[in-house]
Amino acid sequence: MINDIVKYGIMYVVLVLVQVLLINNVQLGGMYSPFIYILFILLLPFETPRYLLMILGFLMGLTIDIFSNTPGIHASATVFVAFLRPGVLMLISSRETYEPGSAPRISMYGFEWFVKYAVILIFAHNLFLFLIEAFTLHGIFHTLLKAIINAFLSIILIVLSQYLVFRK
Amino acid sequence: MFLPFLPMKNLLRFLARYHAVFLFVFLEVVSISMIVKYNNYQHVKFLNSSNRITGSIYSGYWSVAEYFTLKRINNELAEENAKLRSQLMREELSKIGNEAPEQDSLYRQNFFFVTAKVINNSVNRAHNYILLNKGSRYGIKPDMGVVSSDGVVGVVTHVSENYCTVISILNNRLKISAKIKRNNYFGSLTWDGDDYRKAELDEIPFHVDVAKGDTIVTSGYSAIFPEGLMLGTVSDYSLHGGSNFYKITVNLSVDFKNLVYVDVIQNKTRDEILKLESTNEND
Repeated sequence: MINDIVKYGIMYVVLVLVQVLLINNVQLGGMYSPFIYILFILLLPFETPRYLLMILGFLMGLTIDIFSNTPGIHASATVFVAFLRPGVLMLISSRETYEPGSAPRISMYGFEWFVKYAVILIFAHNLFLFLIEAFTLHGIFHTLLKAIINAFLSIILIVLSQYLVFRK
Repeated sequence: MFLPFLPMKNLLRFLARYHAVFLFVFLEVVSISMIVKYNNYQHVKFLNSSNRITGSIYSGYWSVAEYFTLKRINNELAEENAKLRSQLMREELSKIGNEAPEQDSLYRQNFFFVTAKVINNSVNRAHNYILLNKGSRYGIKPDMGVVSSDGVVGVVTHVSENYCTVISILNNRLKISAKIKRNNYFGSLTWDGDDYRKAELDEIPFHVDVAKGDTIVTSGYSAIFPEGLMLGTVSDYSLHGGSNFYKITVNLSVDFKNLVYVDVIQNKTRDEILKLESTNEND
């Protein structure tokens, strides 16, 4: 338990720093910067209660917001992802297949499972975020296109990171 | 087991069962109220849509109520008239034997500059802002223009004691009054949200002679920028079927990716201009 808190605490700090100091400064195609911080919500253990997921999501989003000067935008999108997560886990495989005490990892549940899981949540995250940022339905196709491209980049980055860093 | 009817207990059970949904709604309400409160753009959008409703209610109310306040307003105006007349009199008296000084060489120097350093900048969002390392301590106020040695950068939006935020040209919420230097036709310059090197000039009518490479400068039709500051050059222009206005793409002269030092423009006559302009709104 304590071990987990330390582990995920470090993950939280590292993801925030990587997002704010590295990725936000790399603009692919001049305007897209993928979001890797959402990985924190994706990787929390299966047994994490729903309310904790959402509170952690809110804190994570708010931290990113404070660094990027956009109060509320990342927080609302991350809470949305945290809210969806249990449902998505149920949707892609029944609860019995998840080993108790484990966490969603590519090494444990395979590439295909992880990509399915990540794609749904990351698309939800990006669509929600870009729509709430635009705050209007005017030019919605442009907004959606940007969200989809950004989601793709985020997925690539997140799946790659699973092979590079989070191997355990 | 028989459970007596206990509304409190039922309520608690209901809350416990749907706690996730309630928490979700609660957190979203908190975030979205933050968005609306602290992000200028959403704030304006939100207020605008609600204004349409409140506005029509208020105007309906006032069209009736204003008749009952006419008497009071009349009194106020009469009082104000008296006050102004007496002030005028005093002014006239003070002038006798004391000619107003002639305008000296400082006359044209309405604009003063404060140099500041860029400490945060972005070009990749839909709405980009810049953070500068000087604030109210140096006399910087909202709505002052910001330029670099290459041209116009943006307009100050918020000021703290030691810092200020600047809405960059790379932000489609900012419109800058611009003109073609060669023939003085003016339009407004906005960013299209994609390329940080390009912006669009609108409202130039189709009969105007435009050429690639034409210089675009500020028009000076606002209290923010003096006339003739560099904005960029025409890179492309086209006329869409049926439109009366050109679609002109402008190569921005400022490279927003390596902005280091900028100047904040203080307009000494700004208050005077705004006051004068506001009198027209009441016409």
